[in-house]
Amino acid sequence: MEPFISIRGARKHYGKVEALRGVDLEVSKGEVVLIIGPSGSGKSTLLRSINRLERLDSGTIFIDGDCVTDEKADIRKIREEVGMVFQSFNLFPHLSVIENITLAPITVKKIDPLEAEETALRLLKKVGLSDKARAYPDQLSGGQQQRVAIARALAMNPKVMLFDEPTSALDPEMIKEVLDVMTNLAREGMTMLVVSHEMGFARAAANRVIFMDQGQIIETAPPEEFFTNPKEERTKRFLEHIL
Amino acid sequence: MAPLSMNRTGTPKKGKQEVGPNREEHLIPVPTHITVTDSTLIPQKGEEGVLSAWNISFFGALVVLAGLVILFPDPYRQILAFVPDGLAVTFGVTVAAISFALVIGLLAGLGRISHNVVINRIATVYVEIIRGIPLLVQLFYIYYALGNWIKLSGPAAAILAMSICYGAYMAEIFRAGIQSIPKGQMEAALALGMSRGLAMRKVILPQTIKVILPPIGNEFIALLKDSSLVSILAVADLLRRGREFASTSFRYFESYTVVALIYLVMTLFFSRLVAIMEERLRNRGTLH
Repeated sequence: MEPFISIRGARKHYGKVEALRGVDLEVSKGEVVLIIGPSGSGKSTLLRSINRLERLDSGTIFIDGDCVTDEKADIRKIREEVGMVFQSFNLFPHLSVIENITLAPITVKKIDPLEAEETALRLLKKVGLSDKARAYPDQLSGGQQQRVAIARALAMNPKVMLFDEPTSALDPEMIKEVLDVMTNLAREGMTMLVVSHEMGFARAAANRVIFMDQGQIIETAPPEEFFTNPKEERTKRFLEHIL
Repeated sequence: MAPLSMNRTGTPKKGKQEVGPNREEHLIPVPTHITVTDSTLIPQKGEEGVLSAWNISFFGALVVLAGLVILFPDPYRQILAFVPDGLAVTFGVTVAAISFALVIGLLAGLGRISHNVVINRIATVYVEIIRGIPLLVQLFYIYYALGNWIKLSGPAAAILAMSICYGAYMAEIFRAGIQSIPKGQMEAALALGMSRGLAMRKVILPQTIKVILPPIGNEFIALLKDSSLVSILAVADLLRRGREFASTSFRYFESYTVVALIYLVMTLFFSRLVAIMEERLRNRGTLH
């Protein structure tokens, strides 16, 4: 089967630091891939280059046949189909929850406001926040904000969802509510790339775990095998640190 | 987010910008406010010294003005009857200039952060040139020097010069305000498929307004004071009216005392308004 996302020879450097040193990765439709690795290993950079929030120095990225790395590509159209969830939520603080969710559908996709609002309410129900539609981001807990952020991304009806350390900024008791939403999403067949160290989520929902270090993919394996029987020395050392 | 402060030379003091995806960001983006330091002292709650200093100056000026008019109706009452025409002109020129300066400032401020090198360079050169030339020289330049080719009336030249001049300072306020919004806001908007322009209008600028309102208020006060310079271009503003009275009556001390007191009352009044506005914006936290 043709891969849904295909990354070839991705390279990127910041000043003297090489963030990505030739990364190849293919993800099929409906697959859930967890990317782990020490900080500075390039995992966030890789994720952010998929919707071109970071520009690669060289290499190509295709999503569903569209070339992201082509300068002439309509990156806005591509981004509509790639939802992204950030570590720091990045909700728009001057807009209510429902306005956060409907802003892009109304202004970008030109969806009828009433219809957009209906969709937003359905998504809020899905992430368990039906009662918060009129609240403002600063009135919500971190876990609630992140669930709104997921609903906001889903409102554009994306084909793939990118999660950049979605639970790293959350208190432990809020992590589960976000992971539950993500697990449900995975079960519904959403294609997902998740930068996270949440092994519980990996075991429950991921098809593959990728370990990155120093800008390269070191090891790829199904979650159970990855955590219990890693092949590479560097993977073993890293897992010792986080287990 | 480091608190952002700005002085009239316009260099924003801000924590160093890191590149790459691992920037530190606050989880709930609450823009800090920008303070511009060399205008009227803005009284703030808790700063009792400043508050009482404001009281002394403001009510002191009012009492002195009233006392002079009551105790010495000649010439103070005549002066007070003569100058209000100028007050209207002073306000007219100030409000017109600040309005145009806001438009110029927004455009130039966006230009200063534009990724387009040409636009960025044009905006930056504009800001550098204008801020490097005294307002009085700019007034002379537009009225007298360019007067060789373009004949402008006094008020028109005054408003044009002050708009261009204050536009440069406004540009720096807009730039600093926009840059005080966490980067993640623009990224989230872009990730949703919005264009930079749309994201600027719907996401960044609405948050910026809250941050830049107090410094804009300060610029208004500074402009109100600087508008006295236009009296040189035969614009009959407050200072000019005072001068006219003085030169016909030879009451120089009395005339300029009244003019100074009126300026003082006005600027103190507006600085208080700005302080109240700033306080409210801070307490509300967000603009909803």
